Amino acid sequence: MKPFQYLRPKTIAEAISMAADYPEAQYIAGGTNLVDLMKRGIASPSKLIDINHLPLKKIEHRYDRLRIGALALNSDVAKNKSVLSRQPLLAQALLAGASGQLRNMATVGGNLLQRTRCSYFYDLALPCNKRKPGSGCGAEAGVNRTHAIFFAGNGFGGNEKSSCIAVHPSDMCVALTALDTEVVINGTSGERRVPFKDFHRLSTLQPELDTNLQPGELVTAIEVTDNAFAQHSHYLKVRDRASYAFALVSVAAALQMDGGRIWDARMALGGVAHKPWRYWAIDLMLRGQAPSEKLFREVAEHEMQSAKATTQNAFKIKLTSNAIVAALKAATGIS
Amino acid sequence: MKRQSLDNPSDTSLSRVDGAVKVTGAATYSAEYAIPGLVHAVLVTSTIAKGSITAIDSREAEAVPGVLAVISHLNAITVPGWPAKKLPAERVAAGTALRVFYDPLIYFDGQPVAMVVAATHEQAVHAASLVRVTYQQEAHQTHFEKNIGQAGIPQNVQRAKNSPFQDYERGDASALRNADVRIEAEYTIPTQHHQPLEPHAIIAVWEAEDKLTVYDKNQGVKSAQGQLAQAFKLPRENVQVVATYIGGAFGSGIRVWPHTMAAVMAAKQLKRPVKLVLGREQMFTSVGYRPYTKQKISIGAAKDGRLAGIVHEGTGQTSMYEEHLERTVLASRALYACPHVATRYRLLPLDVNTPTWMRGPGDATGMFALESAMDELAYALKTDPLEFRLKNYAESDPERNLPWSAKSLRECYELGAEKIGWKNRLPEPRSVRRNGMLLGYGMASSLYGFHRHPSRARAVMHADGSVIVQSATMDIGPGTGTAMTRIATKVLGVNAKKVRFDLGHSALPDAPGQNGSSTIPSVGSAVHVACEALKSKLVTLAGEMSEKFRPGAEVVARNGKIFSSADDKDGLSYTDILKHHRLNELEVTEASKSGAERDQYSMYSFGCHFVEVEVDPLTGEVRVTRVVTCADVGAIINYKTARSQSIGGVVGGIGMALMEHSEMDHRFGRYVTTDFASYHIPVHADVPSIEVYYIDKPDVQANPIGSKGLGEIAIVGVAGAIANAVFHATGKRVRELPITPDKLI
Repeated sequence: MKPFQYLRPKTIAEAISMAADYPEAQYIAGGTNLVDLMKRGIASPSKLIDINHLPLKKIEHRYDRLRIGALALNSDVAKNKSVLSRQPLLAQALLAGASGQLRNMATVGGNLLQRTRCSYFYDLALPCNKRKPGSGCGAEAGVNRTHAIFFAGNGFGGNEKSSCIAVHPSDMCVALTALDTEVVINGTSGERRVPFKDFHRLSTLQPELDTNLQPGELVTAIEVTDNAFAQHSHYLKVRDRASYAFALVSVAAALQMDGGRIWDARMALGGVAHKPWRYWAIDLMLRGQAPSEKLFREVAEHEMQSAKATTQNAFKIKLTSNAIVAALKAATGIS
Repeated sequence: MKRQSLDNPSDTSLSRVDGAVKVTGAATYSAEYAIPGLVHAVLVTSTIAKGSITAIDSREAEAVPGVLAVISHLNAITVPGWPAKKLPAERVAAGTALRVFYDPLIYFDGQPVAMVVAATHEQAVHAASLVRVTYQQEAHQTHFEKNIGQAGIPQNVQRAKNSPFQDYERGDASALRNADVRIEAEYTIPTQHHQPLEPHAIIAVWEAEDKLTVYDKNQGVKSAQGQLAQAFKLPRENVQVVATYIGGAFGSGIRVWPHTMAAVMAAKQLKRPVKLVLGREQMFTSVGYRPYTKQKISIGAAKDGRLAGIVHEGTGQTSMYEEHLERTVLASRALYACPHVATRYRLLPLDVNTPTWMRGPGDATGMFALESAMDELAYALKTDPLEFRLKNYAESDPERNLPWSAKSLRECYELGAEKIGWKNRLPEPRSVRRNGMLLGYGMASSLYGFHRHPSRARAVMHADGSVIVQSATMDIGPGTGTAMTRIATKVLGVNAKKVRFDLGHSALPDAPGQNGSSTIPSVGSAVHVACEALKSKLVTLAGEMSEKFRPGAEVVARNGKIFSSADDKDGLSYTDILKHHRLNELEVTEASKSGAERDQYSMYSFGCHFVEVEVDPLTGEVRVTRVVTCADVGAIINYKTARSQSIGGVVGGIGMALMEHSEMDHRFGRYVTTDFASYHIPVHADVPSIEVYYIDKPDVQANPIGSKGLGEIAIVGVAGAIANAVFHATGKRVRELPITPDKLI
């Protein structure tokens, strides 16, 4: 770990101004990912701006939305009454992630900004376009069993200087992608809001960038708009062990049902792309339909038509398809 | 020697004698000794798999505040026990342990190439990241499957006619061709790493120019003492090795590894105590692993279910500089009554570091294949897998043509079957669901050879009635001190609180390292005979005080007193005996080892595992939902710690079966799963209810305590039982571990 300077701003404004003054500085909240990255030499900020004590922990419901402060702990969000009653999908996704100890440290803002767990990204001796732009993608012809199957414009590679087949590791972000979420961001020029779907990036051209956050900007909250999915939402996570493992594939399914039919449907997939993958067409395919395994299978396979395997992860196409079916069955309660 | 066994202790077993110091953090582990003047070392490891170092630029690293030295082959001290360096450097032939910082040659990716020593750990870590090493790279071969054609009979085996790894045939294995039912299949076990939670660590202290003390995580202080004394050409007693507490090892600490030498060399060079703790990623290339192994089994039976023949071939990987051999194919010779058996064992040297023994070495690997094949053959015969095993039960050792010293495997099978409810199992695969999950049951046998090495123990009775028992044995987790305390209390009839057992220091009486399930059989016997000898000495002294204890008198010991068996009252306390004779203490040291019984009997520990699994039909996720494990290891010394050991073995088996897999990118010859996020071991959610049962019948031929080893059979067979249960649940036979969802959807 490279020596660094520790800074402790008193206010949000001071934090933002520190970040503006020191381009090599990084904010630190729970540190559950950044500390690992620093230990492995992947991140080497000259200054750490500790924001843990800033007043960004609040979880509150106002008007038509749930606002969750960026420093709210993953564990606190997962057990919050408003979250459980209004957005149970979010609580399920949070509890599917990491371990109890990590959720007690990790914040919502940090969860949005965690970096991929691709082994090539983590090893300084191996090529990685995300860590070292232009060095090549080690995973593309290497060990890629857990890597992406969905890409921008239905393709990848073709440019060895910029390709990246890493996946986004978060569970929480998969649920937030399925829901109507906005990210609240503060910077030197004030506050801005970004729809969740536009917060993370696909790997096209600049895989070193995970998000559209500008240098020095600080995520201060997320806001989830009320919906009618609480009765019929399900987060399914498929992994290599029962807990404390990143998803091979995950599915966040949120449905609104009435009279035995589906009237609104949202879905996002995790572990399959550089960012949580929204299945946009699902609403069109399910609206007005009665749930059945046959229907769900058609729906699953429709989206998988645009999936593309690399050398070791062809199984993920079938696994994702099966996981979509399983999640929809669970969300609709059919057996 | 009088043979006797201990009573069934299941109702009165001891809690861990070191439990309190471990859970309160008071136990001192290797890296935790506060040594004045201690400095910190961090390794720099190679990023190529084969070639040589052309330059090391350490200027930037040396400029970091606090850095004392950057040590490499360019400036390391000469180790007196190593041969003079050759110029130019020559690659060693197989059979030479890696000499760290000796020459510029690279044998595997992750090999130590330099070491930074600094005043603080943080300074050393940072400086290590600044050392620039340049290499001349050579083409490397790390891919097992692509190179399997290069596998051959190990040189060690070619040289040793009596090696157990020689090709073996009994009967005529070609008889298999005529078997009514025959199957043939290949089985693959990937490289798996021990990865104990405590990383390997050492503090090396040169007390004088010719006196060395190391606080080192290892599994054998005596063996480490010998190896270090040899390397530095010192009298044995000038080297002391301390390893009192160990946070798991599973075989990774059986030998002295290059990093240990590196720390000792640095301490000598800098004349400062040096601490070196391996990083988690360095644990993948520094302390061995269970080798990637490919096996082929041809097995056949007659329609009546009697085995017609077994041909078991195995090939394991090893390094270019050492041959690591293990028992992969050997269980197939001894486990079943089969007239025609052939085994062949080969090694494939690759540009990797040397593998080593990992819990159940060879047998865990081989029994996965054998017990999978037995299960598959049972289905082919339309026979119950358990009945099939019973039909081929070996009443004596078919390999050595000797009677078993004791064997209660049949009782294990019966007990396990009853507890899991085997008779209610529907034979048809993929026929039962529970809560939407595919439900399956599987079983497998377990066996492991009996290992008893010469051991010594000292027992001292003090004037206050307290007892100290000592032996240079180890505790890598099973609770050695607790079991030995138990033996001492049983013999001497004293309360466990009065007994202290010392281990993990090379100055103590000789004992083997903790490996091969040998500690209880070896050291337990020595402790038993030492305590018996101490008791006789006390009885002799008592005989001078009272008629009742004259020579020849039968005596019972309890509550710190001895009683005459004749009247069983008015006992004489140990404290009174010592007081009467004006003794502050009374000491004996005794040795214990195997005798002629080893040639008269075949000795094994036996066991079996019954497993229930649920498999998600859509996602292919396997969850082990219940395990019943039964063991026949002779007498159980301390039920509570034995049970923990069995549970630990099963958990290791779950990891082996379902998740553990060290994956290498062969383009670079480098592991890419070098942390716990990518190298999965079971977490609590993966561990179901594990029920442990023992037959607890003393093996009176084995040793004075009638007890055989438990550590290995706890894991041997578990992966096979799980794979068999997965087949029963899904109808899919997975022959390549680990059984991950991709293999089942």
